[in-house]
Amino acid sequence: MSERIAYLFGFIALSVSLGMGQTSALSLRFPAKVEAGTAFSVPTTGSGTATVYIVGPGDAIRRKVQLGENLAFGPEDLHNAGHYVVFVDGSSTQDTQFDVVASHQPATLSFLAKPSRLSVNRPEGISGVVYVFDAFRNLVLQQEPVSFELADSTGRTQSRSATTRDGVAWVKMNSAAKAGPAQFQAVAGNVREKRVIQQVPGDPCAIRMTARGAGKKERIALETEPVRDCNGNPVPDGTIVTFTETYQGGQSTVDVPLKRGVARTELPVRNGAVISVAAGVVMGNEIHWSGGL
Amino acid sequence: MTGGRILAVILVVATIALILIGTLRPNQSGTYVSDSKARLMGSVSTPKDAVNTLLGQIARRNWESAYSSLANKGEFSESEFIRDLNGDHGSLRTYANLDGYDSQPLNASADEAKVRASMRWASVVGTFDDSRDLRVLRSGNRWQVVWPIVKEAKVPPQVIPVNYLRWDVIYRGAADDWGAQDVEAPHVRIVAMHPVDRGGGVVILGELLNEDVVPAFVTVKATLLGSNGAALGTEDSFDKISHILLPKQVSPFRIDFRNVRLSQVDNVRIQPSTSLVAASADPVIGIESQKLTPLPEPTLTGQLVNQSGQVVNVAHVIGTFYDSSGQIVWVADEYPSRALLPQTPVPFSIPLPADVSSKVGSYRVVASTYSTSRFQ
Repeated sequence: MSERIAYLFGFIALSVSLGMGQTSALSLRFPAKVEAGTAFSVPTTGSGTATVYIVGPGDAIRRKVQLGENLAFGPEDLHNAGHYVVFVDGSSTQDTQFDVVASHQPATLSFLAKPSRLSVNRPEGISGVVYVFDAFRNLVLQQEPVSFELADSTGRTQSRSATTRDGVAWVKMNSAAKAGPAQFQAVAGNVREKRVIQQVPGDPCAIRMTARGAGKKERIALETEPVRDCNGNPVPDGTIVTFTETYQGGQSTVDVPLKRGVARTELPVRNGAVISVAAGVVMGNEIHWSGGL
Repeated sequence: MTGGRILAVILVVATIALILIGTLRPNQSGTYVSDSKARLMGSVSTPKDAVNTLLGQIARRNWESAYSSLANKGEFSESEFIRDLNGDHGSLRTYANLDGYDSQPLNASADEAKVRASMRWASVVGTFDDSRDLRVLRSGNRWQVVWPIVKEAKVPPQVIPVNYLRWDVIYRGAADDWGAQDVEAPHVRIVAMHPVDRGGGVVILGELLNEDVVPAFVTVKATLLGSNGAALGTEDSFDKISHILLPKQVSPFRIDFRNVRLSQVDNVRIQPSTSLVAASADPVIGIESQKLTPLPEPTLTGQLVNQSGQVVNVAHVIGTFYDSSGQIVWVADEYPSRALLPQTPVPFSIPLPADVSSKVGSYRVVASTYSTSRFQ
């Protein structure tokens, strides 16, 4: 938006000054393409002075030029990639146009790695999208090779390569079977960007509990074995395990968070009760309690 | 003109007569409202009057008078009497007012009577009822109430080891690049949904699972769509849900739509929303002795037992009721009025609609807790 406004103001200023302008012969030969951030000069012909206006995206430059000498631009003068128009005040020369293009050398990467957290063993569950920019934050539209590497917590890596199209490259990767933080890295040229993907255990698998007398009167102590997912990863602490004791005419339940890998609680003793355990939608074993502490 | 004057005179006379009748012979039965019967306060000439007088004093929080009028005040202190009615530990009762009461004589003899006192308390989460059967004893020419105090169970001094587990969250900073990573919102999944036509409206019943490994703050919004795709209404679950779900925890939800018929509904759009929040895995609440009482007053009763060492100020119990095929037929909730002290059972009672109770094959109860020291 600001670029458009600058363009508009530049154009208005130019139109006003052209309306009041002088006339003299001037020839400007800009190159058709200029790499952002490079110095270059444009020879001029004729005699006397003129004012040159260069209007582009985010830039409007005014230069007094001694005709017959070179019009020089430094590395910092033109760095926003886009289409530029040159107007000359005091000359009958036609307007000139040229393009500033992004540098071929990637300088920064915007790396979107999604999701930041996912379950283990998800095929193509991780997506990586890279936008390649030059040193002036111009999107590098020229095709660039980008390599992606995902290293899981055991150090095992997956690699993929992609080539940017219109400045963007993307891949999909599989999450590993081993839970833990994975380093997701994208490399273009000499630039690399890292993200961390938390690969977390999946649903609990084969939950098993044991029951015994709690030492308190009429209470039964329930405790799970260490809860793991189907890949053997320990399910994180805080995961809710539900114990349900069903007996004739009623039931008792308790939601217990895993702590140090196990869930433990106490429930009232009911002879003939069936005690079950579950986490989310995954059921575990059942115990038929026939009394005796 | 003359007829109008006559009518005016008749109206004035009738009004004065009714005021006099109402003043001299006030209504002695039915539901009382807290401040509507100042004249009756001192009347203890019948067991029912004695109970009404006591309830009036309780309604006006005139604790001293209420306590001094009791027949068994030697059995407990005034502060225990106040705590019994007014609650403590920041429980729901401490924020409630006696909104109305009723008394119903059950039996009587010359010197003793039994009267059922039904108190309706108003709180920020709705009303709750407290019913007590009171013994009333004759003492000379007056009647005195024997207050059946509910004494708080004392937990013996002890140390309860708790390995606290909580999650804290650091979000992306405002100054970070747009491509910088942020923490992912928790992933939740609706595992059941069932719309029913009820009471001139539509009720959406369902269950939500936090399938992530982090705690989630959840809400569920539903939009009913008609046959032409137009929205008939949008509502959310409000408090008919357990808002904080720990990993792998399941909460029921209920969304009520008034003035919509199920026959008008072509589609239901459910939108669960989640955010990652700091949360604690404690306290653990056991829900014991759950029992479904059948008609004529179908209720699900049970006891909440705080298995942790800290006081829970307010608890919220939500029951999910399934038919024999496992489909949800109702979701109902209740806020027990008393705080959950460590290891101390607190009863709860979730009323069920009579027509639903006959369909119930199984049920599931969850409890969420609120403590002044933190939110969970």
